[in-house]
Amino acid sequence: MDRIPILKMGEFLLVSIQVDMHDRLAMTLQDDLTEKIVRHNAHGVLIDISALEMVDSFIGRMLGTIASMARLLDAETVVVGMQPSVAITLVELGLSLKGIRTALDVEKGMDCLRQALAERELLGYAGD
Amino acid sequence: MQVIDSELLPVRAPEDVVIVRQVVRRKSVALGLGLVDQTKFVTAASELARNTLDHGGGGHVQIETVRNDFKTGIRLIFEDEGPGIADIDLAISEGYTTGHGMGLGLGGAKKLSHEFEIRSAPGQGTRVAILRWK
Amino acid sequence: MSPSHANAVSEIIARKEPEIMNRWLDNLSKTTKRVTGAEKLEVAREQKEFMHALKSAAAKEQLDDLSSPGWGAMRELLSDISARRAKSGYTPLETATFIFSLKEPFFGAVQDELAARPEALLAAVRLVTSLVDKLGLYTMEVYQTTREEIISRQQLELLELSTPVVRLWDNVLALPLIGTLDSARTQIVMQNLLDAIVQTRSDYAIIDITGVPVVDTLVAQHLLKTVAAARLMGAECLISGIRPQIAQTIIHLGVDLSEVTTKATLADAFAIALGRGGMSLVRNGKANGNTKIQTNNGNSAD
Repeated sequence: MDRIPILKMGEFLLVSIQVDMHDRLAMTLQDDLTEKIVRHNAHGVLIDISALEMVDSFIGRMLGTIASMARLLDAETVVVGMQPSVAITLVELGLSLKGIRTALDVEKGMDCLRQALAERELLGYAGD
Repeated sequence: MQVIDSELLPVRAPEDVVIVRQVVRRKSVALGLGLVDQTKFVTAASELARNTLDHGGGGHVQIETVRNDFKTGIRLIFEDEGPGIADIDLAISEGYTTGHGMGLGLGGAKKLSHEFEIRSAPGQGTRVAILRWK
Repeated sequence: MSPSHANAVSEIIARKEPEIMNRWLDNLSKTTKRVTGAEKLEVAREQKEFMHALKSAAAKEQLDDLSSPGWGAMRELLSDISARRAKSGYTPLETATFIFSLKEPFFGAVQDELAARPEALLAAVRLVTSLVDKLGLYTMEVYQTTREEIISRQQLELLELSTPVVRLWDNVLALPLIGTLDSARTQIVMQNLLDAIVQTRSDYAIIDITGVPVVDTLVAQHLLKTVAAARLMGAECLISGIRPQIAQTIIHLGVDLSEVTTKATLADAFAIALGRGGMSLVRNGKANGNTKIQTNNGNSAD
Protein backbone atom coordinates (compact mmCIF):
# COMPACT_ATOMS: atom_id res chain seq x y z
CA MET A 1 0.00 0.00 0.00
CA ASP A 2 1.36 3.43 -0.85
CA ARG A 3 2.18 5.94 1.82
CA ILE A 4 2.09 9.70 1.53
CA PRO A 5 5.65 11.02 1.60
CA ILE A 6 6.70 13.34 4.43
CA LEU A 7 9.86 15.38 3.83
CA LYS A 8 11.93 17.31 6.30
CA MET A 9 12.48 20.94 5.30
CA GLY A 10 14.66 22.59 7.90
CA GLU A 11 12.60 22.80 11.05
CA PHE A 12 9.41 22.03 9.13
CA LEU A 13 7.82 18.95 7.68
CA LEU A 14 6.34 18.95 4.18
CA VAL A 15 3.50 16.58 3.35
CA SER A 16 2.66 16.31 -0.35
CA ILE A 17 -0.74 14.80 -0.96
CA GLN A 18 -0.74 13.68 -4.54
CA VAL A 19 -3.05 10.73 -4.68
CA ASP A 20 -6.76 10.37 -4.25
CA MET A 21 -7.24 9.81 -0.53
CA HIS A 22 -9.21 7.04 1.02
CA ASP A 23 -9.70 6.18 4.67
CA ARG A 24 -6.79 3.79 5.19
CA LEU A 25 -4.35 6.18 3.56
CA ALA A 26 -5.60 9.02 5.75
CA MET A 27 -5.13 7.02 8.96
CA THR A 28 -1.65 5.97 7.91
CA LEU A 29 -0.76 9.59 7.18
CA GLN A 30 -1.87 10.72 10.61
CA ASP A 31 0.20 7.99 12.26
CA ASP A 32 3.29 8.74 10.18
CA LEU A 33 3.03 12.48 10.68
CA THR A 34 2.60 12.46 14.43
CA GLU A 35 5.51 10.06 14.73
CA LYS A 36 7.75 12.25 12.56
CA ILE A 37 6.78 15.48 14.35
CA VAL A 38 8.02 13.99 17.58
CA ARG A 39 11.09 12.32 16.07
CA HIS A 40 12.34 15.49 14.39
CA ASN A 41 11.00 17.88 16.98
CA ALA A 42 9.32 19.73 14.14
CA HIS A 43 7.45 22.93 14.95
CA GLY A 44 5.71 23.39 11.63
CA VAL A 45 3.88 21.25 9.11
CA LEU A 46 3.06 22.23 5.53
CA ILE A 47 0.41 20.19 3.80
CA ASP A 48 0.65 20.64 0.04
CA ILE A 49 -2.65 19.90 -1.65
CA SER A 50 -1.80 21.47 -5.02
CA ALA A 51 -2.27 18.11 -6.71
CA LEU A 52 -5.74 17.54 -5.27
CA GLU A 53 -8.50 18.23 -7.77
CA MET A 54 -11.15 17.71 -5.16
CA VAL A 55 -11.50 18.15 -1.43
CA ASP A 56 -14.65 16.75 0.14
CA SER A 57 -15.86 16.90 3.74
CA PHE A 58 -13.85 13.80 4.67
CA ILE A 59 -10.58 15.29 3.48
CA GLY A 60 -11.54 18.62 5.03
CA ARG A 61 -12.07 16.93 8.39
CA MET A 62 -8.82 15.05 8.00
CA LEU A 63 -6.92 18.30 7.48
CA GLY A 64 -8.54 19.69 10.61
CA THR A 65 -7.64 16.59 12.58
CA ILE A 66 -4.03 16.77 11.45
CA ALA A 67 -3.82 20.42 12.48
CA SER A 68 -5.24 19.65 15.92
CA MET A 69 -2.93 16.69 16.47
CA ALA A 70 0.07 18.73 15.38
CA ARG A 71 -0.82 21.53 17.76
CA LEU A 72 -0.97 19.06 20.64
CA LEU A 73 2.56 18.12 19.69
CA ASP A 74 3.57 21.77 19.67
CA ALA A 75 3.63 22.20 15.88
CA GLU A 76 1.73 24.68 13.71
CA THR A 77 0.11 23.61 10.44
CA VAL A 78 -0.55 25.39 7.16
CA VAL A 79 -2.36 23.99 4.12
CA VAL A 80 -0.93 25.25 0.83
CA GLY A 81 -1.66 25.11 -2.86
CA MET A 82 -5.43 24.80 -2.94
CA GLN A 83 -6.69 24.94 -6.52
CA PRO A 84 -9.20 27.73 -7.26
CA SER A 85 -11.97 25.35 -8.35
CA VAL A 86 -11.50 23.40 -5.13
CA ALA A 87 -11.69 26.57 -3.04
CA ILE A 88 -14.88 27.65 -4.78
CA THR A 89 -16.43 24.22 -4.27
CA LEU A 90 -15.50 24.12 -0.58
CA VAL A 91 -17.06 27.49 -0.02
CA GLU A 92 -20.20 26.38 -1.83
CA LEU A 93 -20.23 23.28 0.34
CA GLY A 94 -20.07 25.45 3.43
CA LEU A 95 -16.73 24.04 4.54
CA SER A 96 -14.62 27.05 5.31
CA LEU A 97 -11.85 25.12 7.03
CA LYS A 98 -11.99 27.64 9.84
CA GLY A 99 -9.09 27.45 12.23
CA ILE A 100 -6.80 25.97 9.60
CA ARG A 101 -4.13 28.23 8.18
CA THR A 102 -3.93 28.40 4.42
CA ALA A 103 -1.36 29.87 2.05
CA LEU A 104 -0.95 30.10 -1.69
CA ASP A 105 2.16 27.94 -2.03
CA VAL A 106 5.06 26.38 -0.13
CA GLU A 107 7.08 29.59 -0.06
CA LYS A 108 4.25 31.67 1.39
CA GLY A 109 3.39 28.75 3.61
CA MET A 110 6.82 28.83 5.20
CA ASP A 111 6.55 32.60 5.73
CA CYS A 112 3.21 31.96 7.37
CA LEU A 113 4.64 29.29 9.66
CA ARG A 114 7.57 31.45 10.68
CA GLN A 115 5.20 34.25 11.54
CA ALA A 116 2.97 31.90 13.51
CA LEU A 117 5.94 30.63 15.48
CA ALA A 118 7.18 34.17 16.12
CA GLU A 119 3.75 35.10 17.43
CA ARG A 120 3.78 32.08 19.70
CA GLU A 121 7.07 33.16 21.19
CA LEU A 122 5.76 36.64 21.78
CA LEU A 123 2.81 35.17 23.61
CA GLY A 124 5.15 33.21 25.83
CA TYR A 125 4.99 29.63 24.65
CA ALA A 126 7.93 27.63 25.91
CA GLY A 127 8.58 25.85 22.59
CA ASP A 128 11.83 24.04 23.18
CA MET B 1 -35.76 12.14 -20.02
CA GLN B 2 -33.66 9.81 -22.14
CA VAL B 3 -30.78 7.80 -20.79
CA ILE B 4 -27.99 7.90 -23.32
CA ASP B 5 -25.51 5.69 -21.56
CA SER B 6 -25.20 4.06 -18.19
CA GLU B 7 -22.52 2.50 -16.02
CA LEU B 8 -22.99 0.58 -12.80
CA LEU B 9 -20.19 0.72 -10.26
CA PRO B 10 -19.92 -1.01 -6.91
CA VAL B 11 -19.42 1.08 -3.79
CA ARG B 12 -18.21 -1.52 -1.33
CA ALA B 13 -14.67 -0.51 -0.44
CA PRO B 14 -12.70 2.73 0.05
CA GLU B 15 -10.96 2.17 -3.27
CA ASP B 16 -14.36 2.19 -4.97
CA VAL B 17 -14.92 5.78 -3.85
CA VAL B 18 -11.78 6.76 -5.72
CA ILE B 19 -12.96 4.98 -8.85
CA VAL B 20 -16.39 6.61 -8.70
CA ARG B 21 -14.72 10.03 -8.54
CA GLN B 22 -12.54 9.24 -11.53
CA VAL B 23 -15.44 8.01 -13.64
CA VAL B 24 -17.60 11.00 -12.75
CA ARG B 25 -14.71 13.34 -13.56
CA ARG B 26 -14.20 11.63 -16.90
CA LYS B 27 -17.89 11.85 -17.77
CA SER B 28 -18.06 15.49 -16.70
CA VAL B 29 -15.14 16.36 -18.94
CA ALA B 30 -16.75 14.48 -21.82
CA LEU B 31 -19.97 16.38 -21.28
CA GLY B 32 -18.04 19.63 -21.59
CA LEU B 33 -18.58 20.95 -18.06
CA GLY B 34 -16.24 23.75 -16.95
CA LEU B 35 -13.58 22.98 -14.36
CA VAL B 36 -15.47 24.45 -11.41
CA ASP B 37 -18.68 22.64 -12.36
CA GLN B 38 -16.75 19.39 -12.77
CA THR B 39 -15.18 19.77 -9.36
CA LYS B 40 -18.51 20.54 -7.74
CA PHE B 41 -20.13 17.44 -9.16
CA VAL B 42 -17.20 15.14 -8.43
CA THR B 43 -17.21 16.41 -4.85
CA ALA B 44 -20.95 15.75 -4.57
CA ALA B 45 -20.36 12.23 -5.90
CA SER B 46 -17.59 11.70 -3.38
CA GLU B 47 -19.82 12.76 -0.49
CA LEU B 48 -22.61 10.41 -1.50
CA ALA B 49 -20.24 7.53 -2.20
CA ARG B 50 -18.79 7.88 1.27
CA ASN B 51 -22.26 7.93 2.78
CA THR B 52 -23.18 4.77 0.91
CA LEU B 53 -20.03 3.13 2.21
CA ASP B 54 -19.90 4.45 5.77
CA HIS B 55 -23.57 4.66 6.66
CA GLY B 56 -25.25 2.39 4.16
CA GLY B 57 -23.04 -0.64 4.56
CA GLY B 58 -22.00 -0.51 0.93
CA GLY B 59 -24.05 -0.47 -2.26
CA HIS B 60 -23.69 0.71 -5.83
CA VAL B 61 -24.02 3.74 -8.04
CA GLN B 62 -25.59 4.09 -11.48
CA ILE B 63 -23.81 6.74 -13.54
CA GLU B 64 -25.91 7.95 -16.47
CA THR B 65 -25.64 10.50 -19.24
CA VAL B 66 -29.16 11.84 -19.69
CA ARG B 67 -30.89 14.13 -22.08
CA ASN B 68 -34.22 15.85 -22.12
CA ASP B 69 -35.58 17.82 -25.06
CA PHE B 70 -32.94 20.48 -25.05
CA LYS B 71 -30.18 19.77 -22.60
CA THR B 72 -27.76 17.04 -21.62
CA GLY B 73 -26.58 16.15 -18.14
CA ILE B 74 -25.13 13.54 -15.82
CA ARG B 75 -27.19 11.69 -13.24
CA LEU B 76 -25.86 9.60 -10.36
CA ILE B 77 -28.07 7.20 -8.45
CA PHE B 78 -26.60 5.82 -5.23
CA GLU B 79 -28.36 2.88 -3.63
CA ASP B 80 -27.74 0.86 -0.53
CA GLU B 81 -29.64 -1.58 1.64
CA GLY B 82 -28.44 -0.13 4.90
CA PRO B 83 -30.39 1.01 7.93
CA GLY B 84 -32.07 3.90 6.12
CA ILE B 85 -32.65 7.41 7.42
CA ALA B 86 -35.38 8.18 9.92
CA ASP B 87 -35.61 11.95 9.52
CA ILE B 88 -34.45 12.98 6.07
CA ASP B 89 -34.92 16.71 6.49
CA LEU B 90 -32.89 16.64 9.66
CA ALA B 91 -30.19 14.58 7.98
CA ILE B 92 -29.88 17.06 5.13
CA SER B 93 -29.79 20.11 7.36
CA GLU B 94 -27.71 18.87 10.25
CA GLY B 95 -24.58 19.08 8.20
CA TYR B 96 -24.91 22.82 8.13
CA THR B 97 -24.46 23.12 11.85
CA THR B 98 -22.46 20.19 13.10
CA GLY B 99 -20.29 19.33 10.14
CA HIS B 100 -20.24 15.73 11.27
CA GLY B 101 -21.65 12.44 10.11
CA MET B 102 -23.67 12.09 7.00
CA GLY B 103 -25.47 15.38 7.21
CA LEU B 104 -22.75 17.35 5.59
CA GLY B 105 -22.56 14.82 2.80
CA LEU B 106 -26.25 14.92 1.92
CA GLY B 107 -26.69 18.65 2.30
CA GLY B 108 -23.44 19.26 0.51
CA ALA B 109 -24.31 17.01 -2.42
CA LYS B 110 -27.63 18.80 -2.70
CA LYS B 111 -26.01 22.21 -2.79
CA LEU B 112 -23.54 21.15 -5.43
CA SER B 113 -26.10 19.64 -7.82
CA HIS B 114 -28.90 21.00 -9.96
CA GLU B 115 -31.37 18.32 -8.95
CA PHE B 116 -31.50 16.16 -5.85
CA GLU B 117 -33.85 13.32 -4.89
CA ILE B 118 -33.78 11.03 -1.90
CA ARG B 119 -35.84 8.03 -0.85
CA SER B 120 -35.12 6.39 2.44
CA ALA B 121 -36.82 4.90 5.47
CA PRO B 122 -35.61 2.98 8.51
CA GLY B 123 -34.94 -0.61 7.52
CA GLN B 124 -35.53 0.11 3.84
CA GLY B 125 -32.17 1.28 2.60
CA THR B 126 -31.45 4.56 0.89
CA ARG B 127 -31.59 5.83 -2.66
CA VAL B 128 -30.09 9.22 -3.51
CA ALA B 129 -30.08 10.69 -7.00
CA ILE B 130 -28.26 13.85 -8.08
CA LEU B 131 -28.17 15.48 -11.48
CA ARG B 132 -26.10 18.20 -13.09
CA TRP B 133 -27.06 19.72 -16.42
CA LYS B 134 -24.56 21.17 -18.83
CA MET C 1 -59.44 9.62 -37.77
CA SER C 2 -59.92 6.26 -39.33
CA PRO C 3 -56.77 4.24 -39.89
CA SER C 4 -57.62 3.92 -43.53
CA HIS C 5 -57.55 7.67 -43.97
CA ALA C 6 -54.22 7.87 -42.23
CA ASN C 7 -52.88 5.09 -44.38
CA ALA C 8 -54.13 6.79 -47.48
CA VAL C 9 -52.16 9.89 -46.61
CA SER C 10 -49.03 7.89 -45.82
CA GLU C 11 -49.32 6.20 -49.17
CA ILE C 12 -49.75 9.49 -50.96
CA ILE C 13 -46.68 10.87 -49.23
CA ALA C 14 -44.67 7.87 -50.36
CA ARG C 15 -45.93 7.83 -53.92
CA LYS C 16 -45.96 11.51 -54.70
CA GLU C 17 -42.71 12.39 -52.93
CA PRO C 18 -40.87 13.80 -55.97
CA GLU C 19 -43.77 16.07 -56.88
CA ILE C 20 -44.19 17.32 -53.34
CA MET C 21 -40.46 17.94 -53.05
CA ASN C 22 -40.29 19.95 -56.26
CA ARG C 23 -43.23 22.12 -55.40
CA TRP C 24 -41.80 22.67 -51.94
CA LEU C 25 -38.40 23.62 -53.30
CA ASP C 26 -40.07 25.94 -55.76
CA ASN C 27 -42.13 27.70 -53.10
CA LEU C 28 -39.19 28.14 -50.82
CA SER C 29 -36.89 29.56 -53.43
CA LYS C 30 -39.55 32.13 -54.31
CA THR C 31 -39.94 33.34 -50.76
CA THR C 32 -36.44 33.01 -49.40
CA LYS C 33 -33.75 35.65 -49.23
CA ARG C 34 -31.08 32.97 -49.05
CA VAL C 35 -29.58 33.17 -52.47
CA THR C 36 -25.97 32.08 -52.23
CA GLY C 37 -25.16 28.75 -53.84
CA ALA C 38 -24.02 27.22 -50.57
CA GLU C 39 -27.17 28.24 -48.76
CA LYS C 40 -29.38 26.89 -51.53
CA LEU C 41 -27.55 23.57 -51.41
CA GLU C 42 -27.94 23.49 -47.67
CA VAL C 43 -31.68 24.08 -47.85
CA ALA C 44 -32.12 21.51 -50.59
CA ARG C 45 -30.26 18.96 -48.51
CA GLU C 46 -32.40 19.71 -45.49
CA GLN C 47 -35.54 19.24 -47.53
CA LYS C 48 -34.35 15.87 -48.79
CA GLU C 49 -33.55 14.66 -45.30
CA PHE C 50 -36.89 15.94 -44.12
CA MET C 51 -38.86 14.07 -46.77
CA HIS C 52 -36.90 10.91 -46.07
CA ALA C 53 -37.63 11.14 -42.36
CA LEU C 54 -41.27 11.96 -43.09
CA LYS C 55 -41.73 8.99 -45.35
CA SER C 56 -40.26 6.49 -42.91
CA ALA C 57 -42.14 7.91 -39.93
CA ALA C 58 -45.43 8.08 -41.84
CA ALA C 59 -45.05 4.50 -42.93
CA LYS C 60 -45.05 3.15 -39.41
CA GLU C 61 -46.53 5.68 -37.02
CA GLN C 62 -49.64 7.59 -36.18
CA LEU C 63 -49.55 10.72 -38.25
CA ASP C 64 -50.82 12.88 -35.44
CA ASP C 65 -48.64 11.88 -32.50
CA LEU C 66 -45.18 13.41 -32.79
CA SER C 67 -44.09 12.14 -29.40
CA SER C 68 -44.16 8.48 -30.36
CA PRO C 69 -40.77 6.79 -30.84
CA GLY C 70 -41.17 6.38 -34.62
CA TRP C 71 -40.98 10.14 -34.95
CA GLY C 72 -37.71 10.26 -33.01
CA ALA C 73 -35.54 10.60 -36.08
CA MET C 74 -37.72 13.43 -37.43
CA ARG C 75 -37.64 15.26 -34.09
CA GLU C 76 -33.85 15.01 -34.03
CA LEU C 77 -33.60 16.24 -37.60
CA LEU C 78 -35.85 19.21 -36.89
CA SER C 79 -33.83 19.98 -33.76
CA ASP C 80 -30.63 20.03 -35.81
CA ILE C 81 -32.07 22.14 -38.60
CA SER C 82 -33.65 24.53 -36.18
CA ALA C 83 -30.61 24.91 -33.94
CA ARG C 84 -28.43 25.50 -36.99
CA ARG C 85 -30.73 28.23 -38.18
CA ALA C 86 -30.89 29.87 -34.77
CA LYS C 87 -27.10 30.00 -34.64
CA SER C 88 -26.74 31.24 -38.22
CA GLY C 89 -29.08 34.15 -37.71
CA TYR C 90 -32.06 32.99 -39.74
CA THR C 91 -35.15 34.91 -38.71
CA PRO C 92 -38.04 33.16 -36.94
CA LEU C 93 -40.15 33.71 -40.05
CA GLU C 94 -37.64 32.04 -42.34
CA THR C 95 -37.39 29.07 -40.01
CA ALA C 96 -41.13 28.71 -39.72
CA THR C 97 -41.64 29.14 -43.47
CA PHE C 98 -39.34 26.20 -44.12
CA ILE C 99 -41.94 23.90 -42.58
CA PHE C 100 -45.21 25.67 -43.22
CA SER C 101 -44.58 26.12 -46.92
CA LEU C 102 -44.95 22.35 -47.12
CA LYS C 103 -48.70 22.58 -46.70
CA GLU C 104 -49.50 23.79 -50.18
CA PRO C 105 -47.60 21.05 -52.01
CA PHE C 106 -49.18 18.50 -49.69
CA PHE C 107 -52.66 19.78 -50.40
CA GLY C 108 -51.92 19.65 -54.08
CA ALA C 109 -50.80 16.04 -53.93
CA VAL C 110 -53.70 14.95 -51.78
CA GLN C 111 -56.17 16.75 -53.98
CA ASP C 112 -54.83 15.10 -57.13
CA GLU C 113 -55.20 11.66 -55.61
CA LEU C 114 -58.52 12.01 -53.80
CA ALA C 115 -60.44 14.46 -55.98
CA ALA C 116 -63.14 11.87 -56.62
CA ARG C 117 -63.74 11.15 -52.94
CA PRO C 118 -64.69 14.33 -51.09
CA GLU C 119 -64.96 12.75 -47.65
CA ALA C 120 -61.57 11.14 -47.88
CA LEU C 121 -60.14 14.36 -49.30
CA LEU C 122 -61.49 16.37 -46.38
CA ALA C 123 -60.07 13.94 -43.84
CA ALA C 124 -56.72 13.94 -45.59
CA VAL C 125 -56.54 17.73 -45.68
CA ARG C 126 -57.29 17.84 -41.95
CA LEU C 127 -54.58 15.31 -41.25
CA VAL C 128 -51.99 17.05 -43.37
CA THR C 129 -52.77 20.40 -41.77
CA SER C 130 -52.48 18.97 -38.28
CA LEU C 131 -49.23 17.19 -39.09
CA VAL C 132 -47.52 20.18 -40.67
CA ASP C 133 -48.69 22.43 -37.84
CA LYS C 134 -47.18 20.11 -35.25
CA LEU C 135 -43.91 19.80 -37.15
CA GLY C 136 -43.77 23.57 -37.54
CA LEU C 137 -44.49 24.26 -33.89
CA TYR C 138 -41.87 21.77 -32.75
CA THR C 139 -39.32 23.43 -35.01
CA MET C 140 -40.15 26.83 -33.60
CA GLU C 141 -39.82 25.62 -30.02
CA VAL C 142 -36.31 24.31 -30.62
CA TYR C 143 -35.39 27.51 -32.47
CA GLN C 144 -36.61 29.59 -29.54
CA THR C 145 -34.73 27.55 -26.97
CA THR C 146 -31.51 27.78 -28.96
CA ARG C 147 -31.86 31.56 -29.20
CA GLU C 148 -32.37 31.72 -25.46
CA GLU C 149 -29.24 29.65 -24.89
CA ILE C 150 -27.26 32.01 -27.09
CA ILE C 151 -28.54 34.99 -25.13
CA SER C 152 -27.64 33.30 -21.83
CA ARG C 153 -24.16 32.63 -23.05
CA GLN C 154 -23.74 36.22 -24.17
CA GLN C 155 -24.95 37.42 -20.81
CA LEU C 156 -22.34 35.26 -19.14
CA GLU C 157 -19.61 36.65 -21.36
CA LEU C 158 -20.75 40.16 -20.53
CA LEU C 159 -20.64 39.26 -16.88
CA GLU C 160 -17.05 38.10 -17.16
CA LEU C 161 -16.05 41.31 -18.86
CA SER C 162 -17.74 43.42 -16.23
CA THR C 163 -15.90 41.99 -13.24
CA PRO C 164 -12.29 43.04 -13.78
CA VAL C 165 -9.60 42.46 -11.19
CA VAL C 166 -7.13 45.30 -10.92
CA ARG C 167 -3.61 45.10 -9.57
CA LEU C 168 -3.12 48.12 -7.33
CA TRP C 169 0.36 47.19 -6.20
CA ASP C 170 2.67 44.19 -6.05
CA ASN C 171 0.70 42.52 -3.37
CA VAL C 172 -2.71 44.13 -3.51
CA LEU C 173 -5.62 43.43 -5.84
CA ALA C 174 -8.78 45.48 -6.20
CA LEU C 175 -12.18 44.24 -7.31
CA PRO C 176 -14.53 47.14 -8.07
CA LEU C 177 -17.99 45.59 -8.18
CA ILE C 178 -20.55 47.40 -10.28
CA GLY C 179 -24.16 46.32 -10.23
CA THR C 180 -25.95 43.55 -8.42
CA LEU C 181 -24.17 40.56 -6.98
CA ASP C 182 -26.31 37.53 -7.72
CA SER C 183 -25.15 33.94 -7.47
CA ALA C 184 -24.17 33.66 -11.15
CA ARG C 185 -22.10 36.81 -10.88
CA THR C 186 -20.53 35.62 -7.65
CA GLN C 187 -19.22 32.50 -9.36
CA ILE C 188 -17.53 34.64 -12.02
CA VAL C 189 -16.20 37.07 -9.42
CA MET C 190 -14.71 34.24 -7.37
CA GLN C 191 -13.12 32.61 -10.40
CA ASN C 192 -11.59 35.86 -11.64
CA LEU C 193 -10.37 36.82 -8.18
CA LEU C 194 -8.84 33.45 -7.35
CA ASP C 195 -7.14 33.19 -10.75
CA ALA C 196 -5.70 36.67 -10.22
CA ILE C 197 -4.45 35.70 -6.75
CA VAL C 198 -2.63 32.72 -8.25
CA GLN C 199 -1.14 34.73 -11.09
CA THR C 200 -0.05 37.77 -9.10
CA ARG C 201 0.63 35.97 -5.80
CA SER C 202 -1.15 38.77 -4.02
CA ASP C 203 -1.77 38.58 -0.31
CA TYR C 204 -4.55 41.17 -0.24
CA ALA C 205 -7.70 41.82 -2.21
CA ILE C 206 -9.95 44.83 -1.76
CA ILE C 207 -13.56 44.28 -2.77
CA ASP C 208 -15.09 47.67 -3.39
CA ILE C 209 -18.86 47.71 -3.22
CA THR C 210 -19.44 51.40 -3.92
CA GLY C 211 -21.16 50.40 -7.16
CA VAL C 212 -23.40 47.76 -5.61
CA PRO C 213 -26.78 49.42 -5.18
CA VAL C 214 -28.40 46.99 -2.76
CA VAL C 215 -26.83 44.91 -0.04
CA ASP C 216 -29.34 42.42 1.33
CA THR C 217 -28.79 39.09 3.08
CA LEU C 218 -28.08 37.26 -0.16
CA VAL C 219 -25.56 39.82 -1.38
CA ALA C 220 -23.88 39.77 2.01
CA GLN C 221 -23.67 35.97 1.85
CA HIS C 222 -22.13 36.16 -1.60
CA LEU C 223 -19.57 38.64 -0.34
CA LEU C 224 -18.69 36.43 2.61
CA LYS C 225 -18.36 33.43 0.27
CA THR C 226 -15.93 35.36 -1.88
CA VAL C 227 -13.92 36.41 1.17
CA ALA C 228 -13.81 32.80 2.40
CA ALA C 229 -12.68 31.52 -1.00
CA ALA C 230 -9.86 34.06 -1.18
CA ARG C 231 -8.79 33.11 2.34
CA LEU C 232 -8.47 29.47 1.30
CA MET C 233 -5.99 30.70 -1.30
CA GLY C 234 -4.03 32.49 1.38
CA ALA C 235 -5.24 35.99 0.54
CA GLU C 236 -6.96 38.37 2.92
CA CYS C 237 -9.93 40.39 1.72
CA LEU C 238 -10.90 43.89 2.75
CA ILE C 239 -14.23 45.38 1.85
CA SER C 240 -14.45 49.05 0.98
CA GLY C 241 -17.16 51.37 -0.26
CA ILE C 242 -19.47 50.79 2.66
CA ARG C 243 -21.97 53.62 2.58
CA PRO C 244 -23.74 54.67 5.79
CA GLN C 245 -27.06 53.10 4.75
CA ILE C 246 -25.31 49.85 3.87
CA ALA C 247 -23.62 49.82 7.24
CA GLN C 248 -27.02 50.13 8.91
CA THR C 249 -28.57 47.41 6.75
CA ILE C 250 -25.74 45.02 7.49
CA ILE C 251 -26.10 45.49 11.24
CA HIS C 252 -29.87 45.13 11.09
CA LEU C 253 -29.60 41.96 9.05
CA GLY C 254 -27.27 40.54 11.66
CA VAL C 255 -24.59 39.73 9.11
CA ASP C 256 -21.32 38.96 10.81
CA LEU C 257 -18.55 40.91 9.16
CA SER C 258 -16.36 40.93 12.25
CA GLU C 259 -13.68 38.82 10.62
CA VAL C 260 -13.35 41.13 7.64
CA THR C 261 -11.70 44.54 7.65
CA THR C 262 -14.13 47.06 6.25
CA LYS C 263 -13.44 50.64 5.23
CA ALA C 264 -15.54 53.43 3.79
CA THR C 265 -13.13 54.22 0.97
CA LEU C 266 -10.90 52.24 -1.35
CA ALA C 267 -8.03 54.58 -0.52
CA ASP C 268 -8.21 53.76 3.19
CA ALA C 269 -8.40 50.06 2.46
CA PHE C 270 -5.39 50.36 0.17
CA ALA C 271 -3.35 52.06 2.86
CA ILE C 272 -4.25 49.31 5.35
CA ALA C 273 -3.37 46.56 2.87
CA LEU C 274 -0.04 48.18 2.15
CA GLY C 275 0.68 48.51 5.85
CA ARG C 276 -0.03 44.84 6.50
CA GLY C 277 2.19 43.95 3.58
CA GLY C 278 5.07 45.81 5.13
CA MET C 279 4.84 48.97 3.09
CA SER C 280 3.71 52.54 3.60
CA LEU C 281 2.94 55.71 1.70
CA VAL C 282 5.60 58.33 2.33
CA ARG C 283 5.63 61.93 1.39
CA ASN C 284 9.03 62.61 -0.10
CA GLY C 285 9.36 66.18 1.01
CA LYS C 286 9.64 67.84 -2.41
CA ALA C 287 7.81 71.09 -3.07
CA ASN C 288 5.04 69.45 -5.06
CA GLY C 289 4.45 66.99 -2.24
CA ASN C 290 4.48 63.67 -4.13
CA THR C 291 3.97 60.53 -2.17
CA LYS C 292 5.57 57.22 -2.91
CA ILE C 293 5.29 53.72 -1.61
CA GLN C 294 8.24 52.24 0.17
CA THR C 295 9.04 49.19 2.15
CA ASN C 296 9.28 49.79 5.85
CA ASN C 297 12.54 48.98 7.58
CA GLY C 298 11.96 46.31 10.14
CA ASN C 299 8.46 45.08 10.92
CA SER C 300 5.48 47.20 10.12
CA ALA C 301 3.14 48.02 12.91
CA ASP C 302 -0.49 47.71 12.08
